[in-house]
Amino acid sequence: MIWDNFRIALQAIRANKLRSLLTMLGIIIGVAAVIAVVSIVQGLNHVIATQFEGVGVTYIMVFPRQDLQDPDLAGREVTLTYDDGLAIMEQAGGLELFNPVFYRGEQTRSGDRRHPTMLLGIGPSHQEVSNHWVDKGRFFSDLDLQRAARVALVGRKVIEELELDEPVLGSDLIVGASTFTIIGIMEYKGEMMGQNQDDFVLVPITTARDIYGVEAVKQLRLDFKATGPETVDLAKDQIGEVLRRRHRIPEGTKDDFRVLLQEELLERTGAILGTVTSVVGGVVSIALLVGGIGIMNIMLVSVTERTREIGVRKAVGARKSDILVQFLTEAVTISLVGGLIGVLGGWGLGILGAKAIPGFPPAHVPLWAIALGFGFAAIIGIFFGTYPAAKAASLDPIEALRYE
Amino acid sequence: MLISISELRKFYRMGEIEVRALDGVDLEVDAGDYLAIMGPSGSGKSTLMNLIGCLDTPTSGEYILNRQAVSGLDDTELAHIRNREIGFVFQTFNLLRRATALANVELPLIYARMPAAKRRQQALEALDRVGLGDRVKHQPNELSGGQRQRVAVARALVNRPSILLADEPTGNLDSKTSEEIMSLFDELNSAGNTIVLVTHEKDIAKHARRTIRLLDGRVVSDGRRDDSRAQP
Ligand SMILES: Nc1ncnc2c1ncn2[C@@H]1O[C@H](COP(=O)(O)OP(=O)(O)O)[C@@H](O)[C@H]1O
Ligand SMILES: [Mg+2]
Repeated sequence: MIWDNFRIALQAIRANKLRSLLTMLGIIIGVAAVIAVVSIVQGLNHVIATQFEGVGVTYIMVFPRQDLQDPDLAGREVTLTYDDGLAIMEQAGGLELFNPVFYRGEQTRSGDRRHPTMLLGIGPSHQEVSNHWVDKGRFFSDLDLQRAARVALVGRKVIEELELDEPVLGSDLIVGASTFTIIGIMEYKGEMMGQNQDDFVLVPITTARDIYGVEAVKQLRLDFKATGPETVDLAKDQIGEVLRRRHRIPEGTKDDFRVLLQEELLERTGAILGTVTSVVGGVVSIALLVGGIGIMNIMLVSVTERTREIGVRKAVGARKSDILVQFLTEAVTISLVGGLIGVLGGWGLGILGAKAIPGFPPAHVPLWAIALGFGFAAIIGIFFGTYPAAKAASLDPIEALRYE
Repeated sequence: MLISISELRKFYRMGEIEVRALDGVDLEVDAGDYLAIMGPSGSGKSTLMNLIGCLDTPTSGEYILNRQAVSGLDDTELAHIRNREIGFVFQTFNLLRRATALANVELPLIYARMPAAKRRQQALEALDRVGLGDRVKHQPNELSGGQRQRVAVARALVNRPSILLADEPTGNLDSKTSEEIMSLFDELNSAGNTIVLVTHEKDIAKHARRTIRLLDGRVVSDGRRDDSRAQP
């Protein structure tokens, strides 16, 4: 019986292909959006998870905070120094390692190729703290740091952009106005949320001070490694206390620094994804609503067109419930076929999207998302098909048979 | 007694006016009978047929079909009676356009919840019986008027009803095809089927064994031929 109804429904769809397609459009768009967004969000989650797995939750960064709009900070000289870092290590608990980072945008040059990149002046614990290691060559020696040697470690992106010839190790690289010898290549990190993670040059922090002057290294980024995930929050609080004391920040005034935990970064990206999802959710509900109204409309048309058919069916013994089920099946079939097209279309969009974003894993549509798409479609079909089906079921057989 | 009708009334209210489509009809039909209902247009023939066929409910009166009181049954029960007891043939055939002859004939059996294989076999038998065994896969638009009406007759027969009702079954057919359809009815009646048909043509009515005349919603004459269908 259900199978017969399903066959009738498919026949009706096939008999009015264009009309059915137009009717399904809302459902198709809605379901496709669900599937595409789920597949891309899944990909992002995967990317983020792998990235943070690499860095680890014990990584803490402290930035100087400069905000000219903020009356608390305006006119104050914002500093974050190596000594701040040492004081934190001494006075704050739960910290294992400290690495000062000088950072500045800088032009790199090799032959006639140029590439703007990020120059980082780093301390000896950089690898351990950021969990980012030399891949080829060697890290800075204590001697390099003591003597402020003109040596550099480079990321893959820089090698690529400058088209550095093999062997890269030992060759010269001009950064700003100074020439460095490349002694190592850092391990490949890939992209994170569309941002290349391999576009940098590392030099000893002493070398950076030598070149850019003592004043320049008064605004550092201070990186720390906590002793364990459980001490991160405590360490954050104590870093804040130490810095407020050292910077003499009065009670009730804003900090001139910002402590960033990996966990918070994760939460923030999660929040962004959440916003994206709810915006798309809004689009989806509107599309599905429009789709549902479309189905209701077409079903009302169908009931009118097939009034005689309903009369005939009733004359040969169809009960109200038989007619109701037949037209409900038809509405649900339309919405499910729309759902199927939507799932396939959304999947395709997901695949295209994943290809378009470099470093993105191949699109993966989980089974629950497909079930969700079809579920939405079915519910819409039932909800908006009920009124037309009930109208069909309640037709008087004689009047239906007499309908021209 | 297959059908027993007494004091059957059907009134329609058209604004201020009350239309008395049937105004106190008494009628009894035996099993195996062959009855023609005649009368001028608007005399209530179709109204009576629809009531006998349980497509409609009377304003008042008693209708007993096959020892069951039909007046007072609800929608679902009426649907059941239409499905099991009645085969209806319409003037305009009323076949489903997009369905094959076979699918059309299977329709009553679907609502009887018959399994597909048995349904198909029984529908093929019915189509064979009306001489369309070689047209089962044709759609209505691929069949002539007479063939369409044969499909409709097969559909009316397929559930082996107690009574076959036909409201002007030849109204849309030429005279030659009409004769063919009528000889099909004759055959079916000889095989034991009870038939009630509406017509306003004497040539058609003379196939029946008994003829009643309606006028303004009342039975004005009821005549039975002594001989059994003397064909000219
Ligand atoms: N649904 C209806 N509403 C109002 N009047 C109706 C309706 N159906 C039939 N009638 C009236 O009832 C009378 C009998 O109609 P009907 O049984 O169709 O006559 P016949 O079939 O003998 O031509 C006519 O006057 C017709 O106008
Ligand atoms: Mg009539």
